[in-house]
Amino acid sequence: MKWDISDIKNWGPDRHEPGALIPEAGNAKYYKTGGWRTERPLRDDETCTQCLFCYFFCPDASVIAEGQKVVDFDYDHCKGCGICAVECPVDAITMHPESEFRGKSE
Amino acid sequence: MSAITTTAKVRAVTGNQAVALAMKQIDPDVVAAYPITPQTDVVQTFSQYVADGAVRAEFVTAESEHSAMSACIGSAAAGARTMTATSSAGFALMWEVLFVAASMRLPLVMTTVNRALSGPINIHCDHSDSMGGRDTGWLQIYNEDAQEAYDATVMSFPIAEHAAVRLPLMNMYDGFIISGAIGPLVPLSDGQVQAFVGEAPPYKHLLQPNDPITVGPFDGLHGWYFEHKIAQNRAMEAALPVIQETYDRFAELTGRRYHHLMTYGMEDAEVALVVIGSAAGTARSVMKQLREEGIKAGIVKIRTFRPFPTEELARVLSGVKAVGIMDRADSYGAQGGPLYLEVLAALYQRDVQAKTVNFVYGLGGRDLFPQNIEDAFRTLEAAAGGADLPYYRIYLNMKGE
Repeated sequence: MKWDISDIKNWGPDRHEPGALIPEAGNAKYYKTGGWRTERPLRDDETCTQCLFCYFFCPDASVIAEGQKVVDFDYDHCKGCGICAVECPVDAITMHPESEFRGKSE
Repeated sequence: MSAITTTAKVRAVTGNQAVALAMKQIDPDVVAAYPITPQTDVVQTFSQYVADGAVRAEFVTAESEHSAMSACIGSAAAGARTMTATSSAGFALMWEVLFVAASMRLPLVMTTVNRALSGPINIHCDHSDSMGGRDTGWLQIYNEDAQEAYDATVMSFPIAEHAAVRLPLMNMYDGFIISGAIGPLVPLSDGQVQAFVGEAPPYKHLLQPNDPITVGPFDGLHGWYFEHKIAQNRAMEAALPVIQETYDRFAELTGRRYHHLMTYGMEDAEVALVVIGSAAGTARSVMKQLREEGIKAGIVKIRTFRPFPTEELARVLSGVKAVGIMDRADSYGAQGGPLYLEVLAALYQRDVQAKTVNFVYGLGGRDLFPQNIEDAFRTLEAAAGGADLPYYRIYLNMKGE
């Protein structure tokens, strides 16, 4: 992030940009929304045909693809909507309650 | 209003034509609007200028006032100088996004031709629309006649775009009484308007690809919404001197001198009426007649309503024995109309000891006759002599009582 907001907790009214604008673009990635998720998508690499449907259908750009292959989910931003699991033509993606993962790292 | 000089070129125009001419001379980048009585011929006339190639402006015909204001917000966020106009129900339909324009600190300029709100359905003048919008965060300037409306339009962008202000501005004048009636106008030349308005000071906007920004972001429970609201109010405070400086610069150019408050006979007034809009003309003429009788009557016409010129008003009214505050809008269930409450707060805070009463008049276009003003002054005169004033409103020209 180019915009230095390290001390923003202490900013008064005159320190902010007028109109609450943010002097840089594409910063939604810094706002981690993965905590909203109640169900987590898991992908079985054996079943997956790499059709990339999940990549294109994900409304939140949270399916990570490299070299035209799905490699992972971005759990910092995936909200667990389950569209990827519904759209997967070979049922390689399944949804699991977050409670199953409590205390475990992603 | 200064006297029209014999060399000045006087035109006979309606209030709406005067404002459309000012818009043509400003030639903003974008006008997005939706027509509504009695504002219609502002944008209709302007759209003709667009069709004739007389202006460069992009004219966006929106499908509603909510859309028109939203288009204006997008346009201004993209750095374009943007104008619109509305009235009454159209103003009400803009309601939600008026707050967005102000909180995004976009220097939009809007003409609001004052008209009653339903119901019963009524297309005539009162101030319910813009008075209802007095807390939207827009600067508000009320004008008495076509000349004032024209002049205020020319002065709008230098105020709204000022780096210390950066707030949207709305100019009001009375529907039909001013918008549709023909009166004298001494316009400036196109060159004079262009030079006066000048270039907007630079501000961050969306069409600067090398300096990308995010506008209108979410600000949640643990964010800085509170601080942004305080910043808006500080910009309002900063606007008060900027407006007067702009009025003064305009006076140097035209000889037409404006103030937040225009006062008539207030040097020695014992009784005074505080008015807004076209009623000031009627009030002034009655005041002059009463002065010939020896009654020390005065008029305070409020031009700048947001920000409210509290100090100046308290100063002007100090020493007056009885003040009548004239509202062309009512505030149902409140202690009086919006102007009354505002004036009372100013007087109380500054410890000005005058008797006060609220006169409500002109709702839905009800006529305000010279006799009504005279009655109001007689009531104040009696109060100055010791009579009590009612706590409740006095309605002028009400039927049946």
